[in-house]
Amino acid sequence: MSVNADLRKERAAATFQPELLTHILDGGPERTRRRKEIEALVLNDPDFQHEDLNFLSRSQRYEQAIRKSSLMVMKLREYGIADPEEIYWFKSFVHRGRPEPLDLHLGMFLPTLLTQATPEQQDRFFMPAWNLEIIGTYAQTEMGHGTHLRGLETTATYDPSTQEFILNSPTVTSIKWWPGGLGKTSNHAIVLAQLYTQGQCKGLHAFIVPIRQLGTHEPLPGITVGDIGPKFGYDEMDNGYLKMDNFRIPRENMLMKYAQVEPDGTYVKPVSDKLTYGTMVFIRSLIVGDSARSLSRACTIAIRYSAVRHQSELKPGEPEPQILDYQTQQYKLFPLLATAYAFHFVGAYIKDTYHRISGDISTGDLSELPELHALTAGLKAFTSWTANAGIEECRMACGGHGYSRCSGIPDIYVTFTPSCTYEGENTVMMLQTARFLMKSYTQVTSGQQVTGMVSYLNDLSRQRIQPQHVAARTVTVRINDPTSLVEAYKSRAARLVESAAKNLQAELNHRRSKEDAWNRTSVDLVRASEAHCHYVIVKLFTAKLAEVSDAAVHAVLTNLCLLYALFGISRNAGDFLQAGILTSAQITQVNQHVKELLAVIRPNAVALVDSFDFHDVHLGSVLGRYDGNVYENMFEWAKKSPLNKTQVHESFHKHLKPMQAKL
Amino acid sequence: LKGNAVRYSQGSALGSVNPDLASERQTASFCVERLTALLDGGAEQTRIRRAVVEAIESDPVFSRENQYFQTQNERYEAAVRKAVHLQKKMHEMGWTENGPEYKALSGDVAFLLHRVFMRSISVLGSDKQVAKWIPLATQHKLIGSYAQTELGHGTYLQGLETTAVFDTATQEFILNTPKISAMKWWPGDMGRSATHTVVFAQLYIHGKCYGIHPFILQIRSLQDHSLCPGITAGDIGPKMNFEHTDNGYLLLKSVRIPRENMLSKFCEVRPDGTYVRQGSQQINYFTMTTVRISLISDEVLTPFMKACTIAIRYSVVRRQSKLKPGEQEAKILDYQTQQEKLLPQLAAAYAFHFTNNYLQELFNRGYAEIHRKNFDMLPELHALSSGFKAVITQHCTAGVEICLRACGGHGYSLLSGLPSLYTKILASCIYEGENTILLLQTARFLIKCFMAASAGQPVPPSVTYLAAMKHGKCPAKNKLDFLSPDIYIEAYQHAAVRLTSNTAAKLQDLIQSGVKKHDAWNQCTVQLVQAAKAHCHYIAVKNFAETVEKLETKAGIQKIMKHLCDLFALHGIFSNTGAFLHDGYTSAAQMDMVTASYLDLLAVIRKDAVPLVDAFDFTDKCLNSALGSYDGQVYQRLYEWAQKSPTNQMSPAYERYLKPLLHNTLSKL
Repeated sequence: MSVNADLRKERAAATFQPELLTHILDGGPERTRRRKEIEALVLNDPDFQHEDLNFLSRSQRYEQAIRKSSLMVMKLREYGIADPEEIYWFKSFVHRGRPEPLDLHLGMFLPTLLTQATPEQQDRFFMPAWNLEIIGTYAQTEMGHGTHLRGLETTATYDPSTQEFILNSPTVTSIKWWPGGLGKTSNHAIVLAQLYTQGQCKGLHAFIVPIRQLGTHEPLPGITVGDIGPKFGYDEMDNGYLKMDNFRIPRENMLMKYAQVEPDGTYVKPVSDKLTYGTMVFIRSLIVGDSARSLSRACTIAIRYSAVRHQSELKPGEPEPQILDYQTQQYKLFPLLATAYAFHFVGAYIKDTYHRISGDISTGDLSELPELHALTAGLKAFTSWTANAGIEECRMACGGHGYSRCSGIPDIYVTFTPSCTYEGENTVMMLQTARFLMKSYTQVTSGQQVTGMVSYLNDLSRQRIQPQHVAARTVTVRINDPTSLVEAYKSRAARLVESAAKNLQAELNHRRSKEDAWNRTSVDLVRASEAHCHYVIVKLFTAKLAEVSDAAVHAVLTNLCLLYALFGISRNAGDFLQAGILTSAQITQVNQHVKELLAVIRPNAVALVDSFDFHDVHLGSVLGRYDGNVYENMFEWAKKSPLNKTQVHESFHKHLKPMQAKL
Repeated sequence: LKGNAVRYSQGSALGSVNPDLASERQTASFCVERLTALLDGGAEQTRIRRAVVEAIESDPVFSRENQYFQTQNERYEAAVRKAVHLQKKMHEMGWTENGPEYKALSGDVAFLLHRVFMRSISVLGSDKQVAKWIPLATQHKLIGSYAQTELGHGTYLQGLETTAVFDTATQEFILNTPKISAMKWWPGDMGRSATHTVVFAQLYIHGKCYGIHPFILQIRSLQDHSLCPGITAGDIGPKMNFEHTDNGYLLLKSVRIPRENMLSKFCEVRPDGTYVRQGSQQINYFTMTTVRISLISDEVLTPFMKACTIAIRYSVVRRQSKLKPGEQEAKILDYQTQQEKLLPQLAAAYAFHFTNNYLQELFNRGYAEIHRKNFDMLPELHALSSGFKAVITQHCTAGVEICLRACGGHGYSLLSGLPSLYTKILASCIYEGENTILLLQTARFLIKCFMAASAGQPVPPSVTYLAAMKHGKCPAKNKLDFLSPDIYIEAYQHAAVRLTSNTAAKLQDLIQSGVKKHDAWNQCTVQLVQAAKAHCHYIAVKNFAETVEKLETKAGIQKIMKHLCDLFALHGIFSNTGAFLHDGYTSAAQMDMVTASYLDLLAVIRKDAVPLVDAFDFTDKCLNSALGSYDGQVYQRLYEWAQKSPTNQMSPAYERYLKPLLHNTLSKL
């Protein structure tokens, strides 16, 4: 079928070449080419075809996922794909952006072996795991504890007489709960437990624990393992529980590259724990990238559909307009589109910085790691919260049809939304960033200079020479200039960091304990972190503009960057007004300019989502199809619904007919 | 009495109450039972509601156990079974329609559209039509649906494309779906259950279009349930929720129905094809108003209150990290950030409960007036019901999601009950009028009233404030002043007037500068939406404060409600400071006072958080949540329920895929 006329018209009217923007997002034309090559490899492979997952039960979805994962591992090796990003693409195309039961094996079990196992342990476990004789998961979270790791209750008690660790789940709350692939798939787990040796608790350590019999796959004696039941999405994943009763493993199963327990029970402390920061930074950078991608997918669907859907009238007597021509619709969607681009650039920045610093780790320079660690915690929370809300907004912008699973947005939402919680609950993450900000603020007030993204705090001490504080500083903000807006965001962050620091000090002056004072200031602290992250994002987006050489692409990205920055000011006008950074009159101008930008971006809206370059199969949406033939395909899709398998549903004979006979 | 209430709430207790939850109930500053009675509208209402709920929950047919493990087909079948059983039960017990039974069933029942079918015949049908169809429907000789929305059109009714062409020769209407976007799409109960439907179509007589009209149409055989000739119908496929409902599609191909099947209270087609309009069309608006107001309580506030109950109870059971070194881990509700997520939701639940009472009362007065053929109240009622439908559904939907995420990882388990509450409530932002469009309708009313008020003409009571724009400043001197309703009501009023008057001025400017009226309107819609929201927020705050004024001072009720009212008002300012700082009505220093008072209130309300959700009086069965039950045995229940999951039976995936994978015999696949 041909492409819908509305979409054809939209694409013809674009002022730039979408491929050029795609290259920027991918990191160069060569990366785009390779991504598409891998995409074709997967999408043209008959082994990876299956029925629409929306019509399958949870068990069937798990089964499909396991089938595809098995083939995926085999084919990755067959094709010799080894680059982590290329593996990520391959996996993402096979599973269409959904989780799969081997995620934890590939993403946590194998890497943990590489980084924390001794050479001897690697010999024993790595090759079997590589060859999938061992399938492992990473069992950290318990029913009673998540982000607060020190509170975990599972115990591993060393018995020198047999040279074994005895693993126990002493309470209901200590049952391992949530690890992916634990319920049905894995036969091993890396278990985090409190280590007890010579009568002392030595804190959390990692142990390799076999949980199912090789061959029969039955749980081993002393092990209770199963699936935790249905969730909000993640149907393909067998998130599991694990309960251990006096389960013994040899001493050599403790991961001992760093900390060690000697045969007699003597505990040898690890040298440094800074290295574990690295993994967390890496995973959080993936979540920032995921925020960008998930929001991009939702925007693609909502914007294409809004160009196809016609409704009501704008001008009396004229045909119904595309709903994308309504200001309210633009106001919902275009700021999100700008946000998706902003987050792409932030994700790329963190990834690059991480690679640069991890280069330094091997050469010994870890000085930038604490800041990056603190920054990524906040950015993970900021981007996942924003993307989460944005996906929902996209869904609602599609009206009733957005609510149907055929729109694909419900699936994007349920797959993405847990990232607000996993890998560090968002509020806790914001408070980690706040801790770094407070530390930096204290450094500045005691006369030291700080560097990196927080260097704006240095200005605070310079201000102190004058009687006025930072809030009263007058900045001449030019609302058409991204660089000037970066300054405005910087002032806002400085003001909120300072205000939180002062409130914290005031609580401490009331002679409250440090923890209590911190808790009583935590709402302020979260706001300070948010303002800091917001500043970083606007700054990175603005910096990206300088790298764009094509004039047309530069123009369209500049408008998006302006929209992102101005919309944020409009939404948080109170912060800018209260700090005296902008006047009421300027806020009115900002609001007006936001609306003008909506009209400016409108002709490029479809081209801007085309640039994300999602294949229809990957997008999984009837509303967001590239060809825009929405209604015909909704009908085709619905006919496959399980309720339509028979013309007369069996409940007619079972319930309806008897009732009608009786009444 | 107290013992009874506990037994009622607890239902199926596993054992003793978790001490962390029990201790919260020891220190309530008010009488929970009295607050429940207040919410129900009197102790007698509470008694009746509990009796109905108990009758339903003790009946195994209505059980919702294992619901989270069921497929779409199983959910549908259970809903049909319950609907059939409910008819029997109501008959036996002598219950009347629209009692608490729907709430007790948590809406998991089929044939909800049957009621809409009956109501539309009652409202839109002639006496003769009512006499013919209503008895058949009451006895369930037929099952009705209501087919309005199409693939291509929803809220904008004039755009519907289904046609009904009158054929004078045979005295029939010929119904057609002329193109794919004209297919009826979404009507509940239509995919599998309904035998009849009220279908909306463009009426054509002698080639002339007379606009949208309702017709009664049979779609399935009353004998074997097969589709009637010319009809294609089925289920529209899986959705985010409402799996128990067979939302359907309907395609019509030259289906003929007799002339008498057009619902003709207001318009009639005579045998010769003459079109006659009779009576006032305004009553149609009244039907929409009725539906919008009635959904607030059952479809929005009930799930919102359930979510608050689950999240708050769980937050005193869950302990995480330490607030003081050396002490036990703290209840997560003791963290300020957790309070800041949940307690404003609790305050909003109470605020909107009272808003709903206000709307109901206004509605009842309007209804009485309409019976006296006085339609004067209709525009105000329409504006308020549209605006509040949008504001309340939007706020509560966001609120349920906040509750879900405030429960950490366990919130994402279906067993927490929160995902289903969320996916269900969020549909309310779309159905019965898409929220943005509804807010623009309220805004249209506001602008009209503002112009009238500025010209010195009389306006309805809820908008008289628009005439009284004061240019003063907020008089608060310290943070305690912000606990005075006069101060914050005035601030809300100021913001609402400013937004409305600025938008009106902008509209006029544009029109005067030569922009066409409709273009000017579109260019101001973002601001108009904000003005409509500010108006509703102002009314909600004012109504809450006025309600508190009138409450009994005994048993601590008024005091705690005053705290919640303050919190509701200050949270609104705190989370939208720009609207209040703009034009300098509130100063930067005053905004710091607002923040301070707001944060102080969190700590005050924290102490009563559990009693405040207990007062909602949900049974454990009704909550159907492993995290939110009355006894707080969270972890035990989570573990027991998970073991019942069908995924814990051996999966065929092992033999088929895992085994070959583990045994390295992949190549055989």
